[in-house]
Amino acid sequence: MTKRINRWSILTTLIALLLTVPLWVLVSFVFEPTNDNWAHLSDTLLPVYIINSLWLMLGVTIGTLLLGIPTAWLISQYQFFGKSILHWALLLPMAMPAYIIAYTYTGLLEFEGPVQSALRTVFETQTVNLWFPEIRSLGGAIVMFSLVLYPYVYLLARTSFANQSQSVMHASRTLGAGPYKTFFKVALPIARPAIIAGLTLALMETLADFGTVQHFGVPTFTTGIYRTWTGFGDTTTTAQLSILLLVFVTALMAIEFWSRKKAQYFTGHNQPLRKTLPTLTGHQSLLAFSVCLLPILFGFIIPALQLLDWSINVASTQLNSEFFALVWNSFSLAFVTALITISIALLLLYVKRAQQHTFIDNTVRIAGLGYAIPGVVIAVAVMIPFAWLDNTVDNWARTHLDISTGLLLSGTLFALVFAYCFRFLSVALQSVGSGLSQIKPSMDESAKTLGANNWTLLKRIHIPLLSSSLITAFILVFVEVLKELPTTLILRPFNFNTLSVRAYEMAADERLADAGLPALLIVITGLIPVIILSKLIGKRHA
Amino acid sequence: MKLNLKTIGAFLLMGAISFPVYADLEEVNVYSARKEQLIKPILTDFTQLTGIKVNLITSKADALLKRLELEGINSPADVLITTDAGRLYRAKEAGVLQVSLNDTMKKRVPEHLRDADGYWVGLTTRARMIVYAKDRVKPSELSTYEGLTDSKWKKRICIRSSNNIYNQSLVASMIAHKGKEKTENWVGGLVENMARKPKGGDRDQIKAVAAGQCDIAVVNTYYLGQMLNSNDPKQVKAAQQVAVFWPNQSDRGTHINVSGIAVTKAAKNKANAIKLIEYLLSNDAQTWYAKTNNEYPVIANAPWSDTLKNWGEFHSDALNLTQLGNLNNEAIRIMDRAGWR
Amino acid sequence: MRELHINQIESRHQNTVILNQISLHLAAGEIGCLLGPSGCGKTTLLRTIAGLQPITQGNICLGEQTVSSDCVHIETESRNVGMVFQDYALFPHLNVADNIRFGIANFSKKQQQERIRTLLELVDLSGKETRYPHELSGGQQQRVALARALAAKPQILLMDEPFSGLDVELRESLARQVRCILKAEGITALMVTHNQNEAFAIADSIGVMNAGELLQWGSSYTLYHQPNHPFVADFIGQGVLIKGTVCSCSQVHTALGNLKTNVCDDFEPDEQVSVLVRPDDIIHRDESDWQLEVINRVFRGSHFLYTLKLDSGEHVLCMSQSHHDHEIGSKIGVKLEMDHAVVFPLQQENTT
Repeated sequence: MTKRINRWSILTTLIALLLTVPLWVLVSFVFEPTNDNWAHLSDTLLPVYIINSLWLMLGVTIGTLLLGIPTAWLISQYQFFGKSILHWALLLPMAMPAYIIAYTYTGLLEFEGPVQSALRTVFETQTVNLWFPEIRSLGGAIVMFSLVLYPYVYLLARTSFANQSQSVMHASRTLGAGPYKTFFKVALPIARPAIIAGLTLALMETLADFGTVQHFGVPTFTTGIYRTWTGFGDTTTTAQLSILLLVFVTALMAIEFWSRKKAQYFTGHNQPLRKTLPTLTGHQSLLAFSVCLLPILFGFIIPALQLLDWSINVASTQLNSEFFALVWNSFSLAFVTALITISIALLLLYVKRAQQHTFIDNTVRIAGLGYAIPGVVIAVAVMIPFAWLDNTVDNWARTHLDISTGLLLSGTLFALVFAYCFRFLSVALQSVGSGLSQIKPSMDESAKTLGANNWTLLKRIHIPLLSSSLITAFILVFVEVLKELPTTLILRPFNFNTLSVRAYEMAADERLADAGLPALLIVITGLIPVIILSKLIGKRHA
Repeated sequence: MKLNLKTIGAFLLMGAISFPVYADLEEVNVYSARKEQLIKPILTDFTQLTGIKVNLITSKADALLKRLELEGINSPADVLITTDAGRLYRAKEAGVLQVSLNDTMKKRVPEHLRDADGYWVGLTTRARMIVYAKDRVKPSELSTYEGLTDSKWKKRICIRSSNNIYNQSLVASMIAHKGKEKTENWVGGLVENMARKPKGGDRDQIKAVAAGQCDIAVVNTYYLGQMLNSNDPKQVKAAQQVAVFWPNQSDRGTHINVSGIAVTKAAKNKANAIKLIEYLLSNDAQTWYAKTNNEYPVIANAPWSDTLKNWGEFHSDALNLTQLGNLNNEAIRIMDRAGWR
Repeated sequence: MRELHINQIESRHQNTVILNQISLHLAAGEIGCLLGPSGCGKTTLLRTIAGLQPITQGNICLGEQTVSSDCVHIETESRNVGMVFQDYALFPHLNVADNIRFGIANFSKKQQQERIRTLLELVDLSGKETRYPHELSGGQQQRVALARALAAKPQILLMDEPFSGLDVELRESLARQVRCILKAEGITALMVTHNQNEAFAIADSIGVMNAGELLQWGSSYTLYHQPNHPFVADFIGQGVLIKGTVCSCSQVHTALGNLKTNVCDDFEPDEQVSVLVRPDDIIHRDESDWQLEVINRVFRGSHFLYTLKLDSGEHVLCMSQSHHDHEIGSKIGVKLEMDHAVVFPLQQENTT
């Protein structure tokens, strides 16, 4: 028995090691001496980068929590008008790449945009732009990120709220705590790990973003990383800066972990989820509806309409077979990556669960760090080992076999999918992990006593119980890959194009109208699984 | 257990289907920093004309360069296309290019638009010009890039971020002509006169001038050209509110940059690569760029688009573009120190 | 602590009546218990008192204050009721001391400390202040839940199946402990359970509920010996109903002979009725002439429970000391020892 478990541990460690090779590549640069680009950066822009990044993180934290938690609470605790649609529609903004929403709002709110034009007509003045808030600013960036990233908080908080034992809330009420105190002192703290997990994803994505902050003229830490690379062509400093970013993220995670100390956050008894929710009526129902509609309106409907408006003019010329190839490429890539990433996450988490060993725990934690690294850095960090391996094999073959194997892995879809897996494993780990933590060891044991072998256990107990978190993980990774730009742009093979690359190339050429159609299709392709799968989840919970 | 097998299986499958397949047919592999929409049509024409298949990856220049470096002698790429001379210089320095210019090419393209050692050649030229609000600025008020630091322009200039390579190249050219110290003063003066923090792209600067947020902007020629020829009436309207001014006509000329092409050191289809370069320097291809994207041809007799003709001829800076790459790092540092975000 | 008055309350959920015309009264310091099968509405009744469930008719008064009626609904948090939940509902993110502190956040720090110390002593958990709920055993968690509910000195303590998660051994001893604690603090309490032994161990008064109605409210002795409804008779203790005919105001005729009763107000002479026979009404005496056939027997450790067949074919139960071991099919001597027969209107089916 012990021997078998050890084999699994070794396998897991190996997989985690292989997957994190890009990370080790980056780490290896830390040991190289810093060059004068470092000195230059820290003398000039590094403080600005850091301050902007901190403000951005603070703002996005507040924004995503403000949008994500009330909506999650309302959806999980009450019945009200439109809930059946809102509960999945609240996920829609997730399908909107941050830089795309940034472009659409720039288009809407700029001087010639419809909003300012309308204001000028209404107030009969030409000076609207003098007092109209500038969207391309730090504040604007915070709003944009909050609008597209709150679904992470919403999704994980909703599940947590829904799973909380109702009697805990009632206990709080009988102890003299009103609805507000109950929410803040009981429901919220119990949901804290889930909320933090969602927030972590949102913040890591914020930190890794380049497109939005670049367009808005807000230089962040990632701007620094890009600039060091593209401006100075300095891989070493780029890698060192990325590691600095990672250390920062890890430190934040560690602080949160330790502040939780011994407190455990699952409620002891698995109560049936079927609880009758109070129905809101009249004003209350309308208010709840509005609170939930608002983020969808600004995070999805308005930008999607803007994209639609841009697309309609060009749809007739652009919607050809080549375009459908883009859709297919994007879809299949996202689909395959999501499957593989979830499989790896499952394997890692199961071994972690079976082993209960600090070493394995940490291995899994490290394997999940990829999300905080900007896509472009990951791409380079993936290229380096793959190219090295290919060239070494080729060299050996040339010497010994007198043939050239060429590049076996570099520039293939394999390298691309590998990079995605490393980058998005954290997303899968977070949601599958929270699901797995609900399956208590006693369930395994009781199933075993009923004669279930490992396979039956997995099939009949775990997969049904995990299905909703697996589905969630699938949606998240799928949509992430669909939106992902820098990794795809840098690692893709010849003649392989995706929707996000197309949208970017148009947008980067400042042809926003032409970027509309591919961007809209990213959103639509992302919608398909979101809608289908949330229906599935809904059915399971009904 | 099963899941794990599945994972491995999926990996193997991915590996198998994604194996690069190099067929025997005539082909040429292109790494392009030019966006797909501005290179694919012309490559399709090339294939139709010659029967040589073109495989294309478009990406960011630095990523392609890194990829070339890492892939080394096994790189599948035959040619590298960039949208600025600085990156070509960097590629040459990194040792991933080879000499490819033949006499025909040298004859067609003026000396300052190609590499002195024959590693790369410019394909199109774009100028970094000044645009001004027709109603608020008289062209007589404008003179040179250097003149932009005059206090009369305080809070009146729009220019995009220093992350942008064209701004970096502009500053690099300034260093080449005026030296570091004067350039640093100039950048500082320019930052002083900026109407707002740099944000958005070149089109946004033109729109800002049209909207009255600033009175002059420094932009690349083709962005204004694209706006004037846009389907969107709002863009056309904004573009029509500004006029073009060619700076430094009485001295060194307006700063230009090129999009360019080079053959990689690892090229396995060098002959085809050279055919491609020759095609891109042909009258047809040069005219296409002028017409489609309002970029200036590098060959003498290719016709200009109406938009380009309207702006008129101008005297361009004959600085050897290799210098731009050479001085790029220095330019960024100066901009960082002067607070050009 | 206050007295509890419940008058004629009704509660509905989506047009289904969950509680139907329920009235009961608990004096200050009295411990009441609601017994009944699952789904009888007993937990709902508890929740209406806590204010977690609205009522549609009637009123609930705590002391002088009406807390619920068709037009009044004081929110749960303003009622100062303590409640112990079936799953204890301890806050998993707070340790023992903080769980208890939750309801007394308005006390001064010193008072809080003092109260926590007293309560933990009371529930015998001193020294466990910094433990988290998941680090405690079920019985300990239960006691923390009790301490937490008592912390703010509630007007009334409500307990919803507080012992159901514990093993049988622990249940009764804990129930007795809880009774001691409640009596020591002089707390008015109402508990819900489906286990009569728990109810007997803890309660002064017991109510039996079925299908949303409170059938009887009284002491355990009354419920056992003078049940007013066949359901109560069945739910409390064991027994069977046999047929009888009313002879007079004070006598009823059955297969066991003529039994003494008091049915003047309820039945006419010659009316067919059902008569409750408890196992302890029929005593086994080897020397008795009255011999009945053994149909079934169950060994209960301290005694045997025999099922005997009467001449009428009806079955009755009989308890005997455990060394009186008789085979099924044999006949044993019995003696009737019944003060007053409990008589109900004729029931369609015999209950056992």
